[in-house]
Amino acid sequence: MRPMNHHASLPKGKFSPEGLKKLYAFCKKYIPAVIIALVCAVGGTVFTILGPDKLSDLTDLITQGLMTGIDFDGVTRVAVTLTVMYGCSALLTFTQGQLMTVTTQRISQGLREAISKKINRLPIDYYNKTTFGDILSRVTNDVDTISQAIQNSIITLVSSVVLLLGCLLMMFKTNWVMTVSAIVASLIGFVLMVLIMGRSQRYFIARQQGLGDMNGHIEEAYAGHTVIRVSNAEKEFSEKFEALNEKLYQASWKSQFLSGLMMPIMGFIGNLGYVTVCVIGALLTMNGNITFGVIVAFMVYVRLFTTPLSQIAQAMTNIQSAAAASGRVFDFLEAEEMEDESNKTKRLTNPTGQVSFQHVKFGYTPDRVIIHDFSQEVHPGEKVAIVGPTGAGKTTLVNLLMRFYEIDGGSISMDGINLKDLTRENVHSLFGMVLQDTWLFEGTIRDNIVYGKQGVTDEDLDRVCKAVGLYHYVHTLPNGYDTVLDGGISLSEGQKQLMTIARAMIENAPMLILDEATSSVDTRTELLIQQAMDRLTEGRTSFVIAHRLSTIKNADIILVLKDGDIIESGNHQTLLEKGGFYAELYNAQFAHS
Amino acid sequence: MTKLFRYLKKRDWAMAAASLVFIIGQIWLDLRLPEYMSEITVLVQTEGSTMSQILTAGAKMLGCALGSMAMAIITCYFTSVIAASISRRLQSELYHQVLSFSSEEMNHFSTASLITRSTNDVTQVQMIFAMGMQLMIKAPITAVMAILKIQDKGNWQWTSLTAGAVILLMAVIGALMGYALPKFRKMQTLTDNLNRITRENLTGLRVVRAYNAERYQENKFTAANNEMTTNSLQVNRAMAVLNPVMSLVMNGISLGIYWIGAYLIESAGMQDKLGIFSNMVVFSSYSMQVIMSFMMLAMIFVLLPRAQVSAKRILEVLQTAPSLHNGSSDSDGSHQGEIEFDHVSFRYPGADANVLEDITFTAHKGETVAFIGATGSGKTTLVNLIPRLYDVSEGSVKVDGVDVRDYDMKKLRDKLGYVSQKAVLFAGTIRDNIRLGDNGKAAVPDNEIEKALDIAQSSDFVGNIPEGIGGAVSQNGANFSGGQKQRLSIARAVARKPEIYIFDDSFSALDYKTDRILRSRLKQESAGVTTLIVAQRIGTILDADKIIVLEDGRAVGIGTHKQLLESCPVYQEIAASQLSKEELSR
Repeated sequence: MRPMNHHASLPKGKFSPEGLKKLYAFCKKYIPAVIIALVCAVGGTVFTILGPDKLSDLTDLITQGLMTGIDFDGVTRVAVTLTVMYGCSALLTFTQGQLMTVTTQRISQGLREAISKKINRLPIDYYNKTTFGDILSRVTNDVDTISQAIQNSIITLVSSVVLLLGCLLMMFKTNWVMTVSAIVASLIGFVLMVLIMGRSQRYFIARQQGLGDMNGHIEEAYAGHTVIRVSNAEKEFSEKFEALNEKLYQASWKSQFLSGLMMPIMGFIGNLGYVTVCVIGALLTMNGNITFGVIVAFMVYVRLFTTPLSQIAQAMTNIQSAAAASGRVFDFLEAEEMEDESNKTKRLTNPTGQVSFQHVKFGYTPDRVIIHDFSQEVHPGEKVAIVGPTGAGKTTLVNLLMRFYEIDGGSISMDGINLKDLTRENVHSLFGMVLQDTWLFEGTIRDNIVYGKQGVTDEDLDRVCKAVGLYHYVHTLPNGYDTVLDGGISLSEGQKQLMTIARAMIENAPMLILDEATSSVDTRTELLIQQAMDRLTEGRTSFVIAHRLSTIKNADIILVLKDGDIIESGNHQTLLEKGGFYAELYNAQFAHS
Repeated sequence: MTKLFRYLKKRDWAMAAASLVFIIGQIWLDLRLPEYMSEITVLVQTEGSTMSQILTAGAKMLGCALGSMAMAIITCYFTSVIAASISRRLQSELYHQVLSFSSEEMNHFSTASLITRSTNDVTQVQMIFAMGMQLMIKAPITAVMAILKIQDKGNWQWTSLTAGAVILLMAVIGALMGYALPKFRKMQTLTDNLNRITRENLTGLRVVRAYNAERYQENKFTAANNEMTTNSLQVNRAMAVLNPVMSLVMNGISLGIYWIGAYLIESAGMQDKLGIFSNMVVFSSYSMQVIMSFMMLAMIFVLLPRAQVSAKRILEVLQTAPSLHNGSSDSDGSHQGEIEFDHVSFRYPGADANVLEDITFTAHKGETVAFIGATGSGKTTLVNLIPRLYDVSEGSVKVDGVDVRDYDMKKLRDKLGYVSQKAVLFAGTIRDNIRLGDNGKAAVPDNEIEKALDIAQSSDFVGNIPEGIGGAVSQNGANFSGGQKQRLSIARAVARKPEIYIFDDSFSALDYKTDRILRSRLKQESAGVTTLIVAQRIGTILDADKIIVLEDGRAVGIGTHKQLLESCPVYQEIAASQLSKEELSR
């Protein structure tokens, strides 16, 4: 259960044939469609190659007839053939384009779907080692890169190779002297292009890097705007910014310039080939070796011959980055998932609320144990409070109870059943949970409170909202429960918190976990929430983590955690009388300095 | 878009003018090429031409090609530099503009939107300057010059064929764009949607699992994914039509010209035949140029709207005048450390109710004044008026006896040590973060930094970092916990040695014990410094000289803890929610 740090191991742009292989396996069912598309592309290319040959026939017919009268039957024959060829070519290209578009879109859809499903099958632990931004960029950027490559590069690569070979064949067939001279002319240009491309790559990387640094700086500066202003740090930040901006400028114009060179150079290669063909063609014509039609054909061949060279280079680069992207995507898709639980048959549906922790041992990494040896009996219906300084392992305990993480030693059981023998889904269904960060999503208030539960009526909603004190507020909104929570509606932290408590009430699970559920509201609002929660916890076993000790004074048992071990336990009164760590913590809030 | 031209410097204009010359030169040379080609054609066809004639024509043609390439490269250099420097300038102007904004403008635009404007939008503009501008000049000139060239060579048959092809292509492109562009614009929203749902699932990971709502999230994603796929299928399928249509038209044109040409030659007089033939070759290549340039124009009309939106968004920021004007005064030192609120009211621009209503109080040198009240009662707004993050709507705020609006803002802020509600750290070292900014004094030496850290109860965790105060802080201080960040930002204020401290709920992430020790150290070390504290916990403010209780923007009680417990019902309620009976009477 230790997924490795993937993204670090695979820098962007590095070639990974592994990634392509996996992509191929993923796309298997689309292979027939791709093959048909390829056949179409090759067909279309063949017509493109044959075209100039026919066009040269047409020119020859005209030149031959210049003095003697043109053979119009021949002209019509050739022209009609050409029309049909161009038509077929267009039809084939069209079919190919449509086929590839659909294939590509379906593949990216499938990839995104797979990533989305995967997110919920990975252990929570995985997300401590990677950033959300990284996963998001796999869903969008990497999938995009792959789809671009599939959509364009495969076809381009194949048809370019065919075009190149076909052109060569036709050219040699037509006249080898002119072919050789055309190739030599093109190769000179091509070498030049490769040199430039290699150089510009460096500036492109520098530019990406510069953009990244700059964006990072801007983000930070804008987010910390107030502090910068109040600290008179504008000058300091401006200097830093100007330095980054200058660096970006240098990389930016150089990369732009070098990549801009491609077009004129390509154009020149074309013209060079052109002139070569014309001059040599003229020479040969004057000696009577070839007809003028050959020159016309070669003029087109030279154009056709130079394009695929650069397209192949381009396609190769695209495929390379697609390989890197699919490497990243499949690293994620193949990361080790949570243990399969389909073989677990035990189910706990109506727990009494008895929970027993026995010698629980846990650490997020093997070398740093957070919880050393935690044992505790919790009786049905008890309110268990967990207090202690930051980093004492309070939230960790909750994570273990919910089986977000698996314990390294000891056991946690409910009604005598080890949690490990239940499915995670079963464990989750036993608990309602309210967390410190009030997680709401863009959607209606109803969706947020009901959150996937079936058969919730408006009466249920009214009841719950009355209990948490949201009823009035919700009914002042124009659409009531169907008001969409987005930028337009501004909820205070406290209201958000009430919303998540309402959600837990609707879920109506037999046990409850409240992890700093009221930390971001003022104390009077808290009192309101407190009442709502007391109603919620009535008769249920509940685990409450709180910073404000006032919230947990009425707990049945208070566990004082320090460095992963219970150092004190008892109720508020006994702990105060004991005069230990808890008493110290508690009194700290009133001491006069 | 044209308004952005204002941000071009003289050097840029000179380069732009030069590139215009070079572009025209390049087009002129490009269009000469077919002439030499036809010259060669004629030479080849004519009996008795010599090899040297052909070579001369070939050399001239190659010279044109070389010249054209050279000019294109020069143009490319100029446009790259212009594009990069306008992007540099815009970026810099935006950055300075945003830094000069008050919180009012920041809220108006929102931080996220300002970031996009400074990054993506500028990149968009740079792209259009680098590629679009050149095309925009080149396309119409090429079209016009090419048409001029073939005017006398052509005949109505060829001309109408070419014109027909142009119209046909334009119509197809127009129809496709009309269909695809709106869908293309929708793309961004759909991508954002998909991103949002993924982000939602990631940020709510524990909630999603606790509620067994994995399927629910996945269904949402699938719906968004399907919508996006459908949309991009429509866009891409439409775009895939373009390619075959284009090559069909291009091929059709050359075929058509030759086909028609055959009949024209046949019907022409003997001496004209060769002329028509060479015209035909020339015409077909020029007509390609004409069609190509019309297509380039069409492409620009696709690119331009996006850049235009970006340009508009950039200009919106640049043309927003900061709402706060800098004064020029400094205090004369007579009322040092004194803060006076005189009948202060405040409302956010556009809001219909006051956030603060008629607040009056004075904090004298060395006093501690605390503010307590429910969330949304106006505590943060009140203290934000002191460093002039906002200006009052009515009344006045005086620091050291001078109205804050009359201050040179830098002078005003030199006096303040302000710690915001949300601790803000920047990428760099701990030292950089503590030493942040300028307070009118020399840079803080390391031993002072250590001392500030010690007062802010940060010595222990900073001591655990091998590099000590040279230890790295990652972006947004992500490598520190909430409590640590808060302590570091308190240390930053301490190191400034201000006349006045402003703590906006800055102790909330500390446990009670650390909170208490920190405040008592602060009191010892900075005697004579006026302190304003916004707090949620009664414990934090028990011993303040003056507690101001805020409710809905009004001061409903001013006094010490003891006085307020007796006289102020709101304070009593707050106290009752936090303390037990015995504690209240202590």
